Amino acid sequence: MYKIAVIGGRDTIMCFKALGLDVFAADKPEEAKKILREITGAENSYAIIYISENLAVGLKKEIEKYKDSPMPAIILIPGREGSLGIGKEALQSAVERAVGIDIL
Amino acid sequence: MATITPTRMVLNQMKGRLKTAVRGHKLLKDKRDELMRQFMEVVQENKRLRYKVEDGLSEAFAAQAVASAVMSPDMLEQALVYSKQRIELDVKYKNVMSVNVPQYSFTTNEEEGANIHPYSFAQTSGELDDAMTALQDVFSDMLELAQIEKTMQLLAQEIEKTRRRVNALEYVMIPELQGNIKYISMKLEENENSTKVRLMKVKEMVLEDAHHYKEKAAANG
Repeated sequence: MYKIAVIGGRDTIMCFKALGLDVFAADKPEEAKKILREITGAENSYAIIYISENLAVGLKKEIEKYKDSPMPAIILIPGREGSLGIGKEALQSAVERAVGIDIL
Repeated sequence: MATITPTRMVLNQMKGRLKTAVRGHKLLKDKRDELMRQFMEVVQENKRLRYKVEDGLSEAFAAQAVASAVMSPDMLEQALVYSKQRIELDVKYKNVMSVNVPQYSFTTNEEEGANIHPYSFAQTSGELDDAMTALQDVFSDMLELAQIEKTMQLLAQEIEKTRRRVNALEYVMIPELQGNIKYISMKLEENENSTKVRLMKVKEMVLEDAHHYKEKAAANG
């Protein structure tokens, strides 16, 4: 059985906790980086990791690393501040990678 | 080009390799086209889901903001943190054109008293209930989004790889093999011609030796 993790600001993750997901509070990208490294480590039982967009800005390199492995899936979600459009950027970059140009 | 030896054996080898390369090129091209078709479908789906999730989440967050305005932060945290509900995820893999894409399905454990409202209704506001319901609604979409986004990334990777292989075959391997084959067959033809000329020359000399045409011609002339 796999688990789902949510990394985000304290306010963002509170509700997810009630939903039954594993939540990790991080206010700065560095903290998120540390958490990400920890939970993707040895046991590797997180299949999906949701990260709020405002933290993901500083984590591009780390997130990029997991793109090609089937597990875990790292998915950006908008934080409380609303969508920053980074999640959509991931879509564009995938298209660019596959087609060679941005056709959307 | 200089390193290949122009013999019939190497020529045959090259021809075999060319045949394989052309066939592989065709197959990989078909694979790329099919991957691309599926990829575009996934991209459209991903786009739709992302909008849906982002809208749903901002709705849930807005409801939560209202709830936190009504309740004290401590109460809110207390209400939410002691959740009994656990969500467990089951991952299966589906093979799409030799790419293993994940399929997620989740189960919530049905312990006693475990639901999305882990608090007593007496001390919390109704807005919190709304927020939790909204969040639960959006969660299944979030899961689907995770699945489709991962699928998209894996497909993109595979397409990139396949595209490179197709291009390498089309623009490097196949032209090189064709060039080699042409070189060898020309060289062989040249060798054949020179052998022929040499044989003709030898024959002329042998006949001259036997019949002395030139002397006779001189005597008659």
